Amino acid sequence: MDQDGENHQFLTNGNFLVLTPRFSPNTQEITYLAYYNNEPRVYIFNLLTGEQEMLGSFPGMTFAPRFSPDGSSIIMSYSNNGVTDIYTMNIKNQNVKRITNSPSIDTSPSFSPDGKQIVFNSDRGGTQQLYVMDEKGRGVKRISFGKGRYATPVWSPKGDLISFTKMYKGLFYVGVMKPDGSGERLLAKGYLVEGPTWAPNGRVLMYFKQNRPKNKKTGSVNLYKIDVAGFKELKIITPADASDPAWSPLIP
Amino acid sequence: MFNKFILVVGALFFLASCETATQDAVKGTAGAGKASATAKAGKASIFGSAKETPADKLIAVGDRVLFDYDSSELSSEAKLTLDKQSRFLRVNSDLTFTIEGHCDERGTREYNLALGEKRATAVRDYLVIEGISPDRIRVISYGKEKPAVVGSNDMAWSKNRRAVTTID
Repeated sequence: MDQDGENHQFLTNGNFLVLTPRFSPNTQEITYLAYYNNEPRVYIFNLLTGEQEMLGSFPGMTFAPRFSPDGSSIIMSYSNNGVTDIYTMNIKNQNVKRITNSPSIDTSPSFSPDGKQIVFNSDRGGTQQLYVMDEKGRGVKRISFGKGRYATPVWSPKGDLISFTKMYKGLFYVGVMKPDGSGERLLAKGYLVEGPTWAPNGRVLMYFKQNRPKNKKTGSVNLYKIDVAGFKELKIITPADASDPAWSPLIP
Repeated sequence: MFNKFILVVGALFFLASCETATQDAVKGTAGAGKASATAKAGKASIFGSAKETPADKLIAVGDRVLFDYDSSELSSEAKLTLDKQSRFLRVNSDLTFTIEGHCDERGTREYNLALGEKRATAVRDYLVIEGISPDRIRVISYGKEKPAVVGSNDMAWSKNRRAVTTID
């Protein structure tokens, strides 16, 4: 759909669970998690041809995919035997590289725009926190030190900020911090607020929000956007409940 | 101007699939309650009557274990349930099955997928120690996408943090 919620188009038919779609840098492809044949795997959807392709063949679950800034590879999580680590896979030659190697849950990786660093979240220190490392997995450094748990970090297209989801005292927040962890600012809060995505100009964030239902029902899920200064939060009107937005790069 | 940006929205449909899952799961919970009430029937519930399908019997034995928040550790209560499950699976040696790991909604989507996998794997590892062949067991995680009970309260959350054994 367009950034204002108009021109909505369904890409998949709804027979299978499909989660966390993300654009390639040239906006021709989308990578996502799908449960085709009840096997959770990362796929690539080509918007021009409509073809879907499973990425590699792993004996466990692959998920949390994102394109590298040059579009040549996918960075994602791979879970097997109770351990979740981060891998990259070259799309053309299917070459797989292991980036993290820890017994903890390492997930939601996101490249810096120059492709030289990766931010991710891990529970290696006890609870979920944000960490930065180089593109080969070296020099892992924790960057989140506020109260609560931090998750789903996304590097801004300008490189100056990292947006994240934070969980603290029963509430969810979307916020931003500098790549060294300083200057944390919380922009949105709610019962469940998750999955920030950057506008191409690096100055607006979109995310989804679910209100806490009063009775035994599920609260409605909607998309919102806010400027990084945190001045104005806007609801995006979608034809049905919506979650996991992904903002495309500028179409050339 | 409008074609300068395109947005893709995913997971529009998962709510629909949740509802089916909820109905199944509520049935399962009711069965589990009955099972604990007739726990003393012991072996009788394992072999059951001729009318019961293996899936019914597994629910009577106890098809699920529950977890604490952000934990994949098996409680002593969970281990008791898995002891009964492993007896059932030994008797029904022709069956293969899938362990589904689930989480409550108070975590991020991707982290919960990993946590669900960890929970299902903890159950699989326990059953393997009990002598069930790993070749018969498949593990899958649904994270927080398929809650057993809809609601945002302690009761719903505790029932949603689960690993459910299902017959293939």
